[in-house]
Amino acid sequence: MLRVDVEKQLGEFSLQASFSSEGRVTGLFGASGAGKSSLINMIAGLLRPDRGTIVIDGDVVDDTAAGIHVPTYRRRIGYVFQDARLFPHLNVAQNLDYGRRMNRLAADPAQRTRVVDLLDIGALLDRRPGKLSGGERQRVALGRALLSKPRLLLLDEPLGALDEARKLEILPYLVRLRDEANVPMVYVSHDVAELRQLATQIVMLRQGRVTSFGGVKVLT
Amino acid sequence: MLDISPAEWTAILLSLRVAVIATLVATPFGIALAWLLARKDFWGKSVLDAVVHLPLVLPPVVTGYLLLLTFGRRGLVGAFLADHLGIVFAFRWTGAALACGVMSFPLLVRPMRLSIEAIDRRLEQAAETLGAAPFKVFFTVTLPLALPGVLAGMVLGFAKAIGEFGATITFVSNIPGETQTISSAIYSLIQTPDGDAAAGRLVMISVGLAIGALIAAEWFARRATQRLHGN
Repeated sequence: MLRVDVEKQLGEFSLQASFSSEGRVTGLFGASGAGKSSLINMIAGLLRPDRGTIVIDGDVVDDTAAGIHVPTYRRRIGYVFQDARLFPHLNVAQNLDYGRRMNRLAADPAQRTRVVDLLDIGALLDRRPGKLSGGERQRVALGRALLSKPRLLLLDEPLGALDEARKLEILPYLVRLRDEANVPMVYVSHDVAELRQLATQIVMLRQGRVTSFGGVKVLT
Repeated sequence: MLDISPAEWTAILLSLRVAVIATLVATPFGIALAWLLARKDFWGKSVLDAVVHLPLVLPPVVTGYLLLLTFGRRGLVGAFLADHLGIVFAFRWTGAALACGVMSFPLLVRPMRLSIEAIDRRLEQAAETLGAAPFKVFFTVTLPLALPGVLAGMVLGFAKAIGEFGATITFVSNIPGETQTISSAIYSLIQTPDGDAAAGRLVMISVGLAIGALIAAEWFARRATQRLHGN
């Protein structure tokens, strides 16, 4: 479960958002500049709210009144960025294992095989990120985030940098992820079609405010 | 072709020892400083930056004299180190290493700083979301990506250290076998009648070392670009 109630002033722009979601995939929907990325970055801990609370799975990660701000690396989240951000000095296999190593988790070959198969990246394991296509990169980034065993997966327009054909290539993997990986997700997008396919709950943002919240049908 | 005498060998080996020690000791400080200058904003940053670059623009004899005042047997720091830790710099090869380290420091730091500045900080953010604490981010992402720049800085620093003359001779004099490096040996030889041939040999060796270092630094710089693009 995710509960968010935050305020943040960013220059001229003010963000004031409050919602709580039990959904498997919470879609954050809005035009660019609506505050989607700021919101997801606050959930990740990369941005600190001026006021408010964020609770992931009953665990308070931000509470400005109590002076709580759990740093990103201790939130046990996974984050898939629009631009993949694979480590260029590591090959795909090393990128995939990075989160496990940093969290000192025991090797879990069964899970690794499952994720590698789910995302069809077995053939890429010893390549460097520089040799991958945009779609491949995004699949590896998904795998890397999943294999750090997060309790919440954040995806910030993961298809935003891809062309239509590539989007259609990745979308089925995201659907499979939703149905098989058993990790709740927050999915940021400005694309109605994408969210219709993936999200189970929608938070609609407009100019820094939540304008509606509910099932996928609010996307009309 | 090169008929190097034992005395010349002594100077060459001493130069190598001085430059290697100076570079190795300066490197951790150089990395820390490069990171600080590239990443942090703090009060007095431009002053610190200027102080680091000072040896590049000060007359070397001035730097040498300041080192003598500070690290000499009666200098503030020198007396303390000698009395409490038994480390003596004045007129020792260690002093030559200190002088070379200080003089080469700006050249050593610069490529390191540039390579840290060139790193995409969003990669460090990504590492953090994967559970890496800040010091782990530094050792698993920042440092490996900056490595070619770190090596380039070490090579440049080494090349500068091996040729240093003014500060070294001012601080620790020109004692054969203890503080007489290639440069001071050349200086002595060209003031001696019949020293030309020996001086010529040492000149050729220092030119060779300098060119080798520049080629190596260039090679590391090219590696850096490849590394950042993930090929």
